[in-house]
Amino acid sequence: MGADSVRKSIRFILNNDLVELDDFEHTQNVLDFLRLEQRLRGSKEGCAEGDCGACTVLVGRLVGNDLVYETVNSCIRFVASLDGCHLVTVEHLKGQNGALHPVQAAMVEQHGSQCGFCTPGIVMSLYGLWMNNPEANQIDIETSLQGNLCRCTGYAPIIKAAKSVLAAGGQKIDPLLQERNKIQSRLRELVDNKRVEIFTDTTKIFLPADVDDLAEILLQYPDATIVAGATDVGLWVNKQMRQLPILIFISHLSQLQKLEQMDDEIRLGAGVSYSQAWPIIAEKIPQLDEFWGRIGGGQVRNMGTIGGNIANGSPIGDTPPALIALGASIGLRQGNKKRSILLEDYFIAYGKQDRQQGEFVESINIPLVREGDYFAVYKISKRRDEDISTLCGAFKVRLKGGKVEQIIIAFGGMAAIPKRAKTVEGALIGAEWSRQNIGLAAKLMEEDFSPLSDVRGSAQYRSLVAKNLLKRFYLETIGKSSDGEDSQVAQSAGAA
Amino acid sequence: MEKNNSFKTVSDIHDSAKKHVLGSAIYIDDIVEPVGTCHAYLGLSECAHGHIKSMDLSEVEKANGVICILGPNDITGPNDISPTGLNDEPVFATKRVEFFGQPIFGVVAKTRDQARRAARLAKVEYETLPHATNIEQAQKNGGELVTKPLTLKRGDVAVAMKAAPLHLSGKMEIGGQDHFYLEGHIAFAIPGEDDDVLVYSSTQHPSEVQHMVAHALNVKTNAVTVKLRRMGGGFGGKETQSNLFAVVAAVAAKKLKRPVKIRPDRDDDMIATGKRHDFIVDYDVGFEKTGKILALDANFAARCGFSADLSGPVTDRALFHADNAYFYPAVKLQSSPLKTNTVSNTAFRGFGGPQGVMAAERIIEEIAYALDMDPLAVRRVNFYGTDENNITPYHQQVSDNIIHRIVDELEISSDYQKRRREIIEFNKTSPVKKRGIGLTPVKFGISFTATWYNQAGALIHIYQDGSIHLNHGGTEMGQGLNVKVARIVADEFALNLDAIKISATATDKVPNTSATAASSGSDLNGMAALDGCKQLKKRLEKFAGNIVGKKSQKVKYKSGKVIFGDQKLPFADFIKRAYMARVQLSAAGFYKTPNIHWDREKGQGNPFFYFAYGACVSEVEIDVLTGENRVIQVDILHDVGRSLNPEIDKGQIEGGFVQGMGWLTSEELVWDDKGELKSHAPSTYKIPLVSDVPEIFNVELAQWSKNPERTIRRSKAVGEPPLMLAAAVVEALSMAVASVANYKTCPKLATPVTPERVLLAVEKLADGESDQW
Repeated sequence: MGADSVRKSIRFILNNDLVELDDFEHTQNVLDFLRLEQRLRGSKEGCAEGDCGACTVLVGRLVGNDLVYETVNSCIRFVASLDGCHLVTVEHLKGQNGALHPVQAAMVEQHGSQCGFCTPGIVMSLYGLWMNNPEANQIDIETSLQGNLCRCTGYAPIIKAAKSVLAAGGQKIDPLLQERNKIQSRLRELVDNKRVEIFTDTTKIFLPADVDDLAEILLQYPDATIVAGATDVGLWVNKQMRQLPILIFISHLSQLQKLEQMDDEIRLGAGVSYSQAWPIIAEKIPQLDEFWGRIGGGQVRNMGTIGGNIANGSPIGDTPPALIALGASIGLRQGNKKRSILLEDYFIAYGKQDRQQGEFVESINIPLVREGDYFAVYKISKRRDEDISTLCGAFKVRLKGGKVEQIIIAFGGMAAIPKRAKTVEGALIGAEWSRQNIGLAAKLMEEDFSPLSDVRGSAQYRSLVAKNLLKRFYLETIGKSSDGEDSQVAQSAGAA
Repeated sequence: MEKNNSFKTVSDIHDSAKKHVLGSAIYIDDIVEPVGTCHAYLGLSECAHGHIKSMDLSEVEKANGVICILGPNDITGPNDISPTGLNDEPVFATKRVEFFGQPIFGVVAKTRDQARRAARLAKVEYETLPHATNIEQAQKNGGELVTKPLTLKRGDVAVAMKAAPLHLSGKMEIGGQDHFYLEGHIAFAIPGEDDDVLVYSSTQHPSEVQHMVAHALNVKTNAVTVKLRRMGGGFGGKETQSNLFAVVAAVAAKKLKRPVKIRPDRDDDMIATGKRHDFIVDYDVGFEKTGKILALDANFAARCGFSADLSGPVTDRALFHADNAYFYPAVKLQSSPLKTNTVSNTAFRGFGGPQGVMAAERIIEEIAYALDMDPLAVRRVNFYGTDENNITPYHQQVSDNIIHRIVDELEISSDYQKRRREIIEFNKTSPVKKRGIGLTPVKFGISFTATWYNQAGALIHIYQDGSIHLNHGGTEMGQGLNVKVARIVADEFALNLDAIKISATATDKVPNTSATAASSGSDLNGMAALDGCKQLKKRLEKFAGNIVGKKSQKVKYKSGKVIFGDQKLPFADFIKRAYMARVQLSAAGFYKTPNIHWDREKGQGNPFFYFAYGACVSEVEIDVLTGENRVIQVDILHDVGRSLNPEIDKGQIEGGFVQGMGWLTSEELVWDDKGELKSHAPSTYKIPLVSDVPEIFNVELAQWSKNPERTIRRSKAVGEPPLMLAAAVVEALSMAVASVANYKTCPKLATPVTPERVLLAVEKLADGESDQW
């Protein structure tokens, strides 16, 4: 790359001020930057792993013609990824005369804080909700706070505060709305489509100019760590203190954030976040709607990408079982060489995936559920929301004349990789879709899986639930959902 | 004692609420650090029990930014922070480590990140010794105790047991709990001249931190000042556990003559600091076919960890609450505070009481299943009477019993009976989803059982402009103590709340304070502040007398004005005149709780000033295929006497219930075979989230209740009792599980009742591979 197409600094707006950094710890997270460098100490560190939300800030970025603000966990977000963004902290919310923002006022009036340590994060999450979804209902409120822990209040007054500020409306007086045009043009001025390189003797930061540039950098530095949402990599740094000398940030690459709808499939760029994908997923594969809302918390869904969820090869990633059951494939790219493989073939063994040196996941193709097919995914966790799966099972079946023509059953949390239950599938293919056959086939789950015991559950529990989820799926296909009401989850796509 | 009904009850907002939402409330890590501040971090053992064969810290010392290593030799005084003086808890373990995660050295570096990274570079070799991480292993290994056990006895249990027509025996496993305060432990020490050191510590017990630091530095207590404005949550986890961090910071600060801060990360905080005690309760109970208990013999074995810490009083309090609201005609209760190779367990909201209550409720439940009765009916048969059957196992008479009225009212307002019938019907036709409902009472004894702790001080200055500076020995951890006490002072002088400046707790302002614990904060400090106000008012009455030419003149305070004789003037003017007349405008208030005493040797006394009561109905739904469950509805009626601040009290009740619900459902502590804690961060340890809060959550105060004892404005303590309301959730889950076997068998769920425990209980009751679906 020529010198004029490379920039040696990152630039972003912090509240009102332009920040330009050309010399900083390459893995520095946004929270430390705020607290230690900027002395903005409203955002708190509660866990440093993106789980408690006390560090929640808003990040605004240009998406097409819009300026979109999203809540993120500043503790696991890297400073380098803020290039071209507007970083908004709790200190920015009060009015010029020091008056409380309506969200803050509601929290005060409803006694929404006790010890107050989680409060700045709660305020930011509620602000994100109030700004983006003025019509929010109870479920939206709960969803918006999935990534915020409070240990004092029992949440009741926080829910009241959310309801009261939403009912009051008044988004027009939102300070960010008032300055939106100005910020938008300031951010546009920062766009130069240049590659960013910030090097020290021992570390390198890259922000590729575009996807071709990413491919080129990766060929040159195949050992580099790709950082998309950082919901995993952030933990490698904060918790495992890994050094990661070469980092390539990709969250700014709009080419990787494309959402395309075909007749019978959805194609997602690998950099699409869970939040970005949610509307189209909910519309096209409604069986995934509720499940999608149980991936991480709001902040993690805003940051984390489906490509990252796949690429890291975690045995407990949320999306792979569902995507495998749907027959998803991924597009991989190495330099200019592109190939496509079935997602289930990508996972080879624990920590080992079918990804070559310098190769990266570029896209995910998700076939829609064919009319008449049944599909469901069940995530089982100790706590309903913002938890990692103890196990996760996805089921898709095609019946013909009451018999199984095709079935895919995939589990996460049951083996070292997301894996299909091929013995169970084999026993069911061609068999009558009956209670008796399901009962028999479920017993074969033990031949497919020998799960481990860990902090999330025992092997015995995992095995038992895996069998029972097949039963649940069966019940739902015959119209007896587990709520004792008509089945909603496993409806065929044709009826959706 | 004056009549208190002249004050209007208002729900002032928390004094720091605006600062909380603005992000401008200052916690210790937010204090602007002086130049030269450095950062300490702890190196933790990686062996549950063993001799340290060798410790090579050369890599630590060489690491980037490192200034020095800290070890036991840096501690001038005794290398000990045991709060009860048993000398069983070193700051840094030497020679032998007793749990996985025990501090073995410290390191100080220029930045926290550098110190944290360096601490991981130690190379330590251990000669491992056998270890016991749980109660059963500890019992098997001989049952070594960390402190002296307690026995409570009344009547002849052996005789009564023999005479009882029906018997059952059981065992209940009750899990521990991590506090998960959102602000982790932190201490920040600034060295001063001579022996002086100022320590900012996130602690519920500044005086104890002061003593510990003084001991470690081998200096007089008067050289050490401990301060804090607020904690980001405490819940008991900062009653003694702050000592370690404060001592390390102070030792480093004096050694280096530089300010030193120490803040462990969340994982280390959870690994290296104590938690709620797990218990296994074994019980034999004799009863009648009416459900009435005739005799109870129970043993309470607790996982105390490697040292005593507060395990003595915690296990004592478990026994004090093993009756909950029930009269046991003949009873014997014993504690076994067992030593284990785990972190030393400590105070946690309820302080052993919740485990006692859980056992009491399980015993009632077991009797109900054995007799095929509604557990509520069994409860009623066994409630303490008002005029008879009112002597506790520790021989205190329950003289303020209102549990009957509380439960009667809640039964009606929650529609308990109808809902229970509907649930039984629902379960008949719902193969996969099953529901359950439970109503459980709470009676909780208020006072420290260490009688001398029941004292408090306050310091009140009135300045010449009429503004008031308020200080007291209590600490603010979110519970709203400061605003409650400020309101008391404001009302005494009929001033607006903003005339009262709330200030940081500091050991040089109010000395010899007790921990802000045992729900005692407002009871003790509110009264101490009131005493201070009364002293000032007395002086001002004398001054007013001088003005009107009498020995003393009654002064009326009304809406910021002072009225006496024919005078009516603004408070500030009156104060200015008092100053000019050389009236002392500062007072140190004091209070000690009357009428309490406790003889531990005999197991008899009046340890509690009064009792707080409450009751809760919970309704739940489980999925018998996966064990997934949720709490659908909760109805609570709780007694806070005459509330000092209804909204803040409701916040304590809601928050306490949800915290109790977490303890009993999703919060599971897991140790592996090596003795390493595997649940040490929010990713692996699951406290309730907003979506776990019941869809219908009705919380009412018993408006009619008034403390018969002369407490501050006849209020009652509220911090701990509501946590135990969550017992109803376990009982409801139990009923839902029992439904798969037609309610014939008590499922005897261990807590926390995780989805896994629900499913495995369903399987067990349904006898293996079930056909439930």
